[in-house]
Amino acid sequence: MNAPTTFDPARPACEKLVVIGNGMAGCRAVEEILERDRERFNVVIFGAEPRVNYNRIMLSPVLAGEKTFDEIVLNTAEWYAENDIELVSGDAVDHIDRERKTVVSRSGRVEPYDKLLIATGSDPFIIPVPGRDLPGVVTFRDLDDVDKMLAAADQGGNAVVIGGGLLGLEAAHGLSLRGMNVTVIHLMPTLMERQLDEAAGWLLKQELERRGQTILTGADTEEIVEKDGHVGAVRLKDGREVPADIVVMAVGIRPATMLAKTGGLECERGIMVDDHMVTSDPDVLAVGECVQHRGQCYGLVAPLWEMCRALADHLTEQPSGYRGSVTSTKLKVSGIDVFSAGDFSGGDEGEDIVMRDAARGVYKRLVLRDNRIVGAVLYGDTGDGNWYFDLLRKEEDVSDLREGLIFGQAFALGGGALADPNAAVAALSDDAEICGCNGVTKGKVVQCILGGAASLDAVRSGCKASASCGSCTGLVESLLMLTLGDEVQAGASTMCKCTSFGHDDVRRLILEKELKAIPQVMQELHWTTPDGCASCRPALNYYLLCAWPGKYEDDQKSRFVNERLHANIQKDGTYSVVPRMWGGLTTPQELRAIADVVEKFDARMVKVTGGQRLDIFGIRKEDLPAVWADLGAAGMVSGHAYGKSLRTVKTCVGLEWCRFGTQDSTGLGVKLEQMSWGSWMPHKFKMAVSGCPRNCAEATIKDFGVVCVDSGYELHIGGNGGIKVRATDLLCKVATEEEALETCAAFIQLYREDAHYLERTAPWLERKGIEWIKAQMFDDPDAVRRLAARFRHSQQFMQDDPWAKRAAGERRDLHSHLATVVPAGMEYA
Amino acid sequence: MEATWLDLGPITQIEAGMAATLPVIGGEEIAVFHTMRGEFYALVNKCPHRQGPLSQGIVHGDSVTCPLHNWRISLKSGKALGGDEGCVPTIPLKIDCGRIYLLRESVVGQKAA
Ligand code: SRM
Ligand SMILES: Cc1cc2nc3c(=O)[nH]c(=O)nc-3n(C[C@H](O)[C@H](O)[C@H](O)COP(=O)(O)OP(=O)(O)OC[C@H]3O[C@@H](n4cnc5c(N)ncnc54)[C@H](O)[C@@H]3O)c2cc1C
Ligand code: SF4
Ligand code: FES
Repeated sequence: MNAPTTFDPARPACEKLVVIGNGMAGCRAVEEILERDRERFNVVIFGAEPRVNYNRIMLSPVLAGEKTFDEIVLNTAEWYAENDIELVSGDAVDHIDRERKTVVSRSGRVEPYDKLLIATGSDPFIIPVPGRDLPGVVTFRDLDDVDKMLAAADQGGNAVVIGGGLLGLEAAHGLSLRGMNVTVIHLMPTLMERQLDEAAGWLLKQELERRGQTILTGADTEEIVEKDGHVGAVRLKDGREVPADIVVMAVGIRPATMLAKTGGLECERGIMVDDHMVTSDPDVLAVGECVQHRGQCYGLVAPLWEMCRALADHLTEQPSGYRGSVTSTKLKVSGIDVFSAGDFSGGDEGEDIVMRDAARGVYKRLVLRDNRIVGAVLYGDTGDGNWYFDLLRKEEDVSDLREGLIFGQAFALGGGALADPNAAVAALSDDAEICGCNGVTKGKVVQCILGGAASLDAVRSGCKASASCGSCTGLVESLLMLTLGDEVQAGASTMCKCTSFGHDDVRRLILEKELKAIPQVMQELHWTTPDGCASCRPALNYYLLCAWPGKYEDDQKSRFVNERLHANIQKDGTYSVVPRMWGGLTTPQELRAIADVVEKFDARMVKVTGGQRLDIFGIRKEDLPAVWADLGAAGMVSGHAYGKSLRTVKTCVGLEWCRFGTQDSTGLGVKLEQMSWGSWMPHKFKMAVSGCPRNCAEATIKDFGVVCVDSGYELHIGGNGGIKVRATDLLCKVATEEEALETCAAFIQLYREDAHYLERTAPWLERKGIEWIKAQMFDDPDAVRRLAARFRHSQQFMQDDPWAKRAAGERRDLHSHLATVVPAGMEYA
Repeated sequence: MEATWLDLGPITQIEAGMAATLPVIGGEEIAVFHTMRGEFYALVNKCPHRQGPLSQGIVHGDSVTCPLHNWRISLKSGKALGGDEGCVPTIPLKIDCGRIYLLRESVVGQKAA
């Protein structure tokens, strides 16, 4: 075709605008131009898809069966006709010739242009694994993809979605509704990690699992496995295989820049454009997902609308300029409300406001910086998402709304009374319910306070308000303020600033509510930070480990470095290694193995410790597994000189050698150590066994000490030699070694189940009283047996030498470097 | 001059909530952090207090608590948080197609102290 199709000699010759890409941005740009100046251009649109422009984001509801294609069409065939737009559909542009100012389509059509607009959108990213080209592997980008998924769903069977982001989860939801058995494979530990924090990601995962989907996080795909010329399964790097009749790749998108690149236009990640959407060639513009503007590429529609306005303003000579967009995301899965906007990573330089309502499954988090909202994550109740997003985009100062902000627009803007939480509580009637869990009214709480409960804790134990899930803590605190004013007593200290609960409550609630994972505790108990802090995380990890032996999976990232690497960090960043020497005994083989390690790894020092064993200093973290492979070969295990766990059992020579010895103190020490090593505890735990009251092993300043006497064994508890020396209290006297071991196991378990994290036996005993401890152990004649049985049960899972596994290669990532950088020019140095 | 980026390999090498180390011959070791919400940061692996290896600390929010004396360091700015004062250099980092890249100039530019 040589002449413009709508040549009309009566009006000045229009310029020809050729658009590549009949998608959301391309068509919108044309609409915006038409709105400003209908006469300006003759428009030709090329579209690779054989159809009119439709609302791509609604493909998810089409897949889910909630909408039909006709319902999501944006520009009908009539629209193109009415506006004299020629649509060349089903014919992709193959080539741009900027010198001749023409484009060439796949079918060979050559179209000249005055202005060219590239709106090619994005291409789905395909992870380069074997099997990616097999029939049955689909992406999720256009209607053809949806049709392929629907055809597969008709056959039923297994669908695997690779990618747990927005697209992947929407695909999974649709396929699941269509009756397929869906597994989502996600590389990261958190679903939608780009939009959600860990807390919200965890809630989302729970809900999807409840709906019957299998969600595998931290799962890396190795291969798509073939079966009869079609996909059959997906194999993960860890060896697991998930059967699949269809595999949907939804791992991300890449701006479609091929055409622009081969046409010689400047591209980085996307096609480079200025604020007027002009590329490096003044006659070529670009909009949509294919562009890169001020370093940013977008994957959502909102920015496109703004780009299209700037583009049309520029083309019709009223330049306005696009300045980039802040985006917000919603997940389109019916019944699940998720909203996220802005930057919500910054907990520290910003300020977090977190609200959790476990009963309703709600998690809300706002991130403030300089009194402005910079990020928001909402789960379960997204009603105020738009309001927050609006405040965020306008960068409005929210100081005045601060108090009520997290409760939403209605509350925060509700005027005087409501904006002050105390006033709002004062306005409640006496029979208004304060604590939903325990059905406590305002009247009862006030009565309880007037009856002498002057602290949050006292109210909790007095009338149970706020004692369960804690979501009414704020209300109870207000009532305390209103009733007592300045006389409110600060409660028992909370675990840390992340929670209003103390250690005891957290431990109790973990059991009562059967909480089994750190994010679950944080959600159910209304943590005020998204992922805790360096003090509550290790504590929670311990409490869960103690509560659910064998079931709870230790969280390495919540462990202090020494417990993570199973060695003691030193001031220079190297580590010291202390192998166990049972009861202080050693052998020539062990000493030889230690000597060999010292020489082989160039350890700078060996020292006899105060705990009757040898400490090897100056080992580098990358050498630790090898050191332990050598020590392990000699039969030695980790001494836990680093852990909140059993440290050493000191012994004296006892009956066998000593002229005063009354019992086999060395032998008992070895047995005690073999029984209890590896156990995680609230704090470190040391034992000693002395063969007579001369007490050479210093048993009376140990957490558990045994002093042997002629008639049997005196068992002592709660001693401490460190910062504040405390001599033990006598717990009881027993006649046999078996009883000594059994009582020891019971005492350790009582301590494990009751003490606060980082509380040694000495302060614990002083807090609880020796009488309380005796009562727990001896009032019920069966108590010792039951406690000891629980200890032994838990030890089944604890007594694995961490070093055997590390030496065999487990968690190599913790010990190795990513790489080593050798600066250029130093290669030969 | 155009920036050159060092490719450190796939992001899956570092579990969320953890960090990995990158020794630099003749320069400062670098710690690459992966936060619980999936963000990556790189810092010189030396606490501004007494050179503790930050890579070995507990990561929470976008900060890390030093394993030696519990200073809290912002991963974004390298600044000590709370009442403490000091700052550790940060290294520009980008993630592209699931791989970690560090700005080469900054990586080799850290003079060993
Ligand atoms: C190596 C050793 C010193 C030595 O060369 O002898 C030692 C070294 C450390 N002690 Fe100790 N203590 C050592 C025996 C002791 C003893 C003596 C004993 O166990 O009979 C005590 C007093 C007894 C007691 O604990 O009741 C002792 C009381 C402490 C304390 C104070 C504890 C307290 O409750 O007050 C700390 C600080 C802490 O744990 O918070 C501590 C902390 C430390 C730490 C872990 C400091 C640290 O966090 O880095 C040191 C680690 C060095 C390393 O990297 O190996 N160390 N420490 C001893 C190792 C024993 C072992 O074989 O495991
Ligand atoms: C399933 C799904 C759900 C989504 N949900 C949301 C959501 O909830 N919220 C949100 O904001 N965003 C969502 N998005 C993203 C949104 O759809 C895109 O941001 C938007 O469509 C981008 O518009 P575009 O015009 O840049 O690209 P597209 O809409 O993809 O248009 C590009 C068009 O160009 C065509 N094309 C490419 N190359 C050529 C060529 N050489 N010649 C001719 N034609 C070519 C393509 O075939 C395509 O039709 C979703 C996307 C998908 C796939
Ligand atoms: S006494 Fe102090 S300096 Fe010596 S090992 Fe124990 S903690 Fe370290
Ligand atoms: S070296 Fe980091 S806190 Fe002391």
